Amino acid sequence: MYEILSARKAADRIYEMVVRAPRVAQHCEPGQFLIVIVDEKGERIPLTICDYDRKEGTVRIVFQVVGASTLRMSRMQAGDSFHDVVGPLGRPSEFVTDPLDEVKKRRYLFVAGGVGAAPVYPQVRWMKEHGVVCDVIEGARNKNLILLEDELKATADHLYITTDDGSYVRKGLVTNVIQDLYDAGERYDVCVVIGPMIMMKFACLLTQKLGLHTIVSMNTIMVDGTGMCGACRLKVGDETKFACVDGPEFDGHLIDWQLAMERQQLYKTEEGRAYLREQEGDTHKGGCGQCGGED
Amino acid sequence: MDMQKMVPVREQDPKVRATNFDEVCLGYSREEAVAECQRCIQCKNPRCVKGCPVGIDIPGFIRELRDGHSNAAADIIAEASSLPAICGRVCPQETQCEKYCVRGIKGDPVAIGKIERYIADHSRRKGYVALKKAEDNGHRVAVIGSGPAGLTCAGELAKRGYEVTIFEALHEPGGVLTYGIPEFRLPKQGVVQKEIDNVRSLGVKIECNVVIGRSLTIDQLMDEEGFEAVFIGSGAGLPRFMNIPGENSNGVFSANEFLTRSNLMKAYRDDYYTPIYHGKHVAVVGGGNVAMDAARTALRLGAEVTIVYRRGREELPARVEEVEHAEQEGIKFRLLCNPTEILHDEKGWVTGLRCIRMELGEPDASGRRRPVPVEGSEFDVAADAVIMALGTLSNPLIASTTKGLETDKWHCVKAVEKTGQTSREGVFAGGDVVTGAATVILAMEAGKKAAIGIDEYLKGKDAAKAE
Repeated sequence: MYEILSARKAADRIYEMVVRAPRVAQHCEPGQFLIVIVDEKGERIPLTICDYDRKEGTVRIVFQVVGASTLRMSRMQAGDSFHDVVGPLGRPSEFVTDPLDEVKKRRYLFVAGGVGAAPVYPQVRWMKEHGVVCDVIEGARNKNLILLEDELKATADHLYITTDDGSYVRKGLVTNVIQDLYDAGERYDVCVVIGPMIMMKFACLLTQKLGLHTIVSMNTIMVDGTGMCGACRLKVGDETKFACVDGPEFDGHLIDWQLAMERQQLYKTEEGRAYLREQEGDTHKGGCGQCGGED
Repeated sequence: MDMQKMVPVREQDPKVRATNFDEVCLGYSREEAVAECQRCIQCKNPRCVKGCPVGIDIPGFIRELRDGHSNAAADIIAEASSLPAICGRVCPQETQCEKYCVRGIKGDPVAIGKIERYIADHSRRKGYVALKKAEDNGHRVAVIGSGPAGLTCAGELAKRGYEVTIFEALHEPGGVLTYGIPEFRLPKQGVVQKEIDNVRSLGVKIECNVVIGRSLTIDQLMDEEGFEAVFIGSGAGLPRFMNIPGENSNGVFSANEFLTRSNLMKAYRDDYYTPIYHGKHVAVVGGGNVAMDAARTALRLGAEVTIVYRRGREELPARVEEVEHAEQEGIKFRLLCNPTEILHDEKGWVTGLRCIRMELGEPDASGRRRPVPVEGSEFDVAADAVIMALGTLSNPLIASTTKGLETDKWHCVKAVEKTGQTSREGVFAGGDVVTGAATVILAMEAGKKAAIGIDEYLKGKDAAKAE
């Protein structure tokens, strides 16, 4: 069992927890993820790692309620335990394994959309700890959904916040901010974009135009997270890759976005959910997100 | 009774079992098992034993059961195998022990597998544990993977006095026995968990949720966690796809995913949260045991199921028993037929398969006749779900994070067959991670050989120290 040490609601439908998982905390690196199983009968839920404390053996997770299983997770409190926490999974970010003197020559731009701020934060913290220059753009639908603002402000060289509705700092999408930075003469060597697939896709279309090398983190459907099931497969360049073992981070300019989004549609659109309900019959338990099965 | 004929084994009626996940084969009663034992002529030079990868004294346990000594029969099996209830169910006896049975020359061979199963089930029902714990010898060994290779290696080492910890990546132990082989062929609670408990009773610890290569590396196991030797039995891992157009459409699954959702994650049960895609018309591509398992699982979830296989009936790699069971349950076979494309609608959801007819040409490297496409013979098969059961590739997690661990061109870990020794000192390997996808019993054989290899290696080190 893996004890939850603290739990709080961070924003609308977004929750933050600190969990005791020593093996994960000991060895996780920026870019990696973990899997949580709520109880004996729960699903395997892949989640990003927001922060870790090697000495305490704890990890911080931030997640959004999107279906039956994350809703059940959100109802758990400090003192409760998850049945399982597995990880770290996936490969660490490229910069972790690249020679440090090479990494230090680069200027990084991180772009976080929504809960994407959670996996971006440990990467930015790593940059700060290793003396690498980096700026961060954080975008959300509105002010209430801006996460980790203080942490990011404390670690990034510059933090640019934008909201879709203009309720905080400025109105606009993250792509508007990237364009504005470039128009103002800023230049970067690597861009790391993490957030909803649609946002990563549009960011990539822009950075391709700008000639900016871009890494994305693919939050695909997953079962085991160890390479066994192939549910997370993606087309990257001419190859089929598994997000769990080959990624989750890939060159965003090589991703077949249409295919990736079609595979995601199943869980993310009304039509896809209706289709899943039909196909999953009795075993459909609300994993689609909003059919009501989560209550 | 006709001594040329096997005592028939009772099975669930095909029509009934096609709608439930209960075990298909009901096994022998005591009387039936003893009657079958009486068919064994107790050869002086038993050929069946040579056909057994783990070398069980088959006439020995048959004799004991025949004479009414079921515990003694279980003890004889335990000398060579830690997982008899599993082997009695899933070993391909027809190509191993039973293939060599003298009785088989003129009639049916002795039903060795069914007798073994009876003995193991009987012990379990009576609470008799045949495995015996040895005195601790002070050495610690790590085993990676709790499938048949890992469990066997751990069991054999524990019987020799080693302190063994198994690291399992998934949240339940058992490997393919838990996530792969369905409940109706190998019950999880009743059989797999019980045999794993028996291995635990030898003092073997199992730590789940540890992904070696990620949570810990082999170097860390040896340098930081104090293990003197490591056995890699992590299985074959990555599912193989065909690389044909449309294969990433929604509704195309690997057999691994489909079976994991159903077996490990219990999607077929109402009380678990796992969803599984049912499909009305499911096409399963492949002809091995895994294809049969996936097809029969889809059938039980309510689908009409067709197996699509590129060679002929004779060439089906699945066990004859599995093919027969699948047919009895109503699974259709489209043989000599190979998909060339997965058809889908504009949203990317599967609508069918485009297939081409095949004919058999000259034998290929595997000795089986090579299937050759018949030009212009394409036709479409309607399906709303497609399951790819084409075998597996080696998982790179361990090899890519262990310096000096050599792999072959298929990325399988290289190991000496007799001892399991790899290119790294103190590191041994066996099972699918070495051979590519094979059977439970071959993995057990490799686990057993490696246990002996590890024992000799560590004893050798002790002897060197003493000098």
